[in-house]
Amino acid sequence: MEVPFHLPAGSISLRRVHNKATMSSGSATGAVQPADEPPTEAHPTVITAENLTKTYDDVAAVDGISFSVPAGESFGLLGPNGAGKSTTMKMIGGVTRRTSGALHIMGLDPDSHGPEVRAHLGVVPQQDNLDEELRVRDNLLVYGRYFGLPMSYLKPKADELLEFAQLTDKAKSKVDALSGGMKRRLTIARSLINEPRILLLDEPTTGLDPQARHILWDRLFRLKEQGVTLILTTHYMDEAEQLCDRLIVVDKGRIMAEGSPAQLIREHSTREVVELRFGSERNTTIAAELQGIGERLEVLPDRVLIYAHDGESALEQVASRGLRPLTSLVRRSSLEDVFLRLTGRSLVD
Amino acid sequence: MSAGLPVKSAPDQARSRTFGPLYSRNAKAVISRGLLATRSTNWLVMLSGFFEPVLFLISMGVGLGAIVGSVQGPGGGEISYAAYIAPALLAVSAMNGAVYDSTWNVFFKMNFAKLYQGMLYTSLGPLDVALGEIFLALLRGLLYAIGFTAVMGVMGLITTPWALLMVPASVLIAFGFASIGMGITSFLKTFQQMDWVNFVMLPMFLFSATFYPLNVYPQAIQWLIQAMPLWHGVELLRQISVGTFTAATPIHIGYYLVMTAAGMLLTTVRLRQLFLK
Repeated sequence: MEVPFHLPAGSISLRRVHNKATMSSGSATGAVQPADEPPTEAHPTVITAENLTKTYDDVAAVDGISFSVPAGESFGLLGPNGAGKSTTMKMIGGVTRRTSGALHIMGLDPDSHGPEVRAHLGVVPQQDNLDEELRVRDNLLVYGRYFGLPMSYLKPKADELLEFAQLTDKAKSKVDALSGGMKRRLTIARSLINEPRILLLDEPTTGLDPQARHILWDRLFRLKEQGVTLILTTHYMDEAEQLCDRLIVVDKGRIMAEGSPAQLIREHSTREVVELRFGSERNTTIAAELQGIGERLEVLPDRVLIYAHDGESALEQVASRGLRPLTSLVRRSSLEDVFLRLTGRSLVD
Repeated sequence: MSAGLPVKSAPDQARSRTFGPLYSRNAKAVISRGLLATRSTNWLVMLSGFFEPVLFLISMGVGLGAIVGSVQGPGGGEISYAAYIAPALLAVSAMNGAVYDSTWNVFFKMNFAKLYQGMLYTSLGPLDVALGEIFLALLRGLLYAIGFTAVMGVMGLITTPWALLMVPASVLIAFGFASIGMGITSFLKTFQQMDWVNFVMLPMFLFSATFYPLNVYPQAIQWLIQAMPLWHGVELLRQISVGTFTAATPIHIGYYLVMTAAGMLLTTVRLRQLFLK
C-alpha cells in the first residue's frame, strides 16, 4: 500500500543541519538506534539528566533520577500514576523548574534557556490542549507562529502534517467536532510543526480505543523511523514494548530499573507466566499448595501468577497436584511482570 | 542531511533577553492568534461589548436626561445630561472591557482551555503571552472607544475637537485596568473568587461620579471614591469631552500611568511564580 506520508522523510532531517554545534550529522536514513548501544559520535546524547530532583512542599515528586538519551532513540518512562513521569517531562520542557540536579537538552539548560530548548521540542501533553477557538488547520499554523516560523514555511508544512495525521479532509473543521483519536493525532501533528528533534509524549494513548491506539502507534513508529528522538511516558506495558528501545521503570520518583524491554524482562522475570484464577476467596489459600512449581509465585487479589521458564509444564504440574483453576493462561512475560517484581504492585490499579 | 529550513531556528534567533526565559519577543504570535480566534468565533461577543454603553447612553442620557434637563459640566458651562454621562460611560466601558479580558478571559484560558499551557510549551515565554493578551484587550478597547465616540458625534454630544482625545485616553484607562486585572487574576483559583472582581466593579461603576457629581457625598466618601481608579477615568474623559483642563488633569493621567506600571510589574512577578515554578 502506498502510504500517504511525505513529511519527515525529507524535512525532519533537514533540520539536522541547523544545530551543528550540538549535534553532528546522524544517519541520513534515520535508522533506529540499537537498544543497548552507548551514545557514539553518530548518535550524540540529546538529553542528559543527573540526579534530577523536584520537590513540592517537601514531597519529592522526582527523587534523584539520572539518565541520558542518545539521538534517535525511543526512550520510555514507565510507571504508575504519581511516579513522577509527567514532572520529569515538564522539567525537560523547561515549564517546571527542577529543585536540584543537572539537566541538559541539546546541550542547553531548560531552566535558563526555556524558549531555545523548546524550539527543539515537540510536546504532546497528557490532556489535549488544542485551541478550540481555531479550526483544525489554523491550529497548526498558529502554533508554528509561536515558534516564530514564517507563513511561507508553515502553510505547506501544515498540509503535510494534516496528511500525516490523516486529517486532510478535516482541515477546515472545528476542533470540538473531532473524535478523541483525531484530536490526539492533531496534537501530535501540531507538536511536529517546528520539526522537533525530540518529541515528548505524555501518555499519548490514554483514553483512546484500541483502533485509535494502533493508528497512533503506527504514526509514532514512522517518526521513530525518521530518526526523531521519542521520549514517552506510559503506564501501558504493551505501548512501552511496542515503541521503546529503552526505558526506565519509575516508582515514587526513583528509577527502579533501566534497559530495553527484552532486557528488563530477561533480568527481572522468567520467560513465561502462568496465570491461574481460582476465584477471589481461594486464590490466597491455594497459594500454599502451589509452592515449588516454577521459579516464583505471585499472589494477586484476583489471580495467582507462576513464573516459569516453561509455562506449559508448570501448568501440567498444577493439574498433577489435583488443582483445578477456574481459568488458566500461559503467556510470555511482559513489562507488567517486571514492574510487579520490582515494586510489588501492579501498574494500573 | 541536506538543505536547511527556510527559517532560522529559535536558538539562532535568540538574542540577549532582558527577561530571560520569560520573554522571547514574539508577543505578535499571541496577538495574531487572538485576531484569528476573534474572526472565527468571538466577534458577536465583541459586538455586544460595543452596544452596552450605547444602550446606557440612550436610556439614561436621552430617557432620564429628559427629566434632568441640563447640568453643570466641567468648567461650569451648562451641558445636556447625555453629554454629561457619555464620557463617564466611555470610561466605564474601557474599564469593563479591559477587566473582562484580563480576568474572566485569562482565567478561562489559563485554567480550562489550557491555552497558555500549550503556548508555553513553544518558544513563547509567559511575558509574550501576557503582553499579547493585554495588547488584544487594548485593541478591543480602542475599537469600542472609536465606535462610542462616533455615536456621541451622531447624537450631537461632541462640541469640541478636543473630544477626539477621548479615544487615546480610554486606551490608557483600559491599559491600567488590563495590567492590574491580569496580575490579580493570577492569584485567583476558583470561580467564586472571580466573583469578587464583579463585587468591586459594580459599586465602582455606580458611584464614581458616573451619573451625578461627586459633591453629593460626604467628604469621607468623596476621598474614598477619589482613591479608586474609575473616578479618575471618568473625570479625565469628562474634561476632555468639553476641552476644559485643570490642575487635576495631569493627576488623572499620572494615576493611570502608575497603575499601568504597577500592574505590569505585578503581572511579570506573578508569571514568574506561576509558570516557572
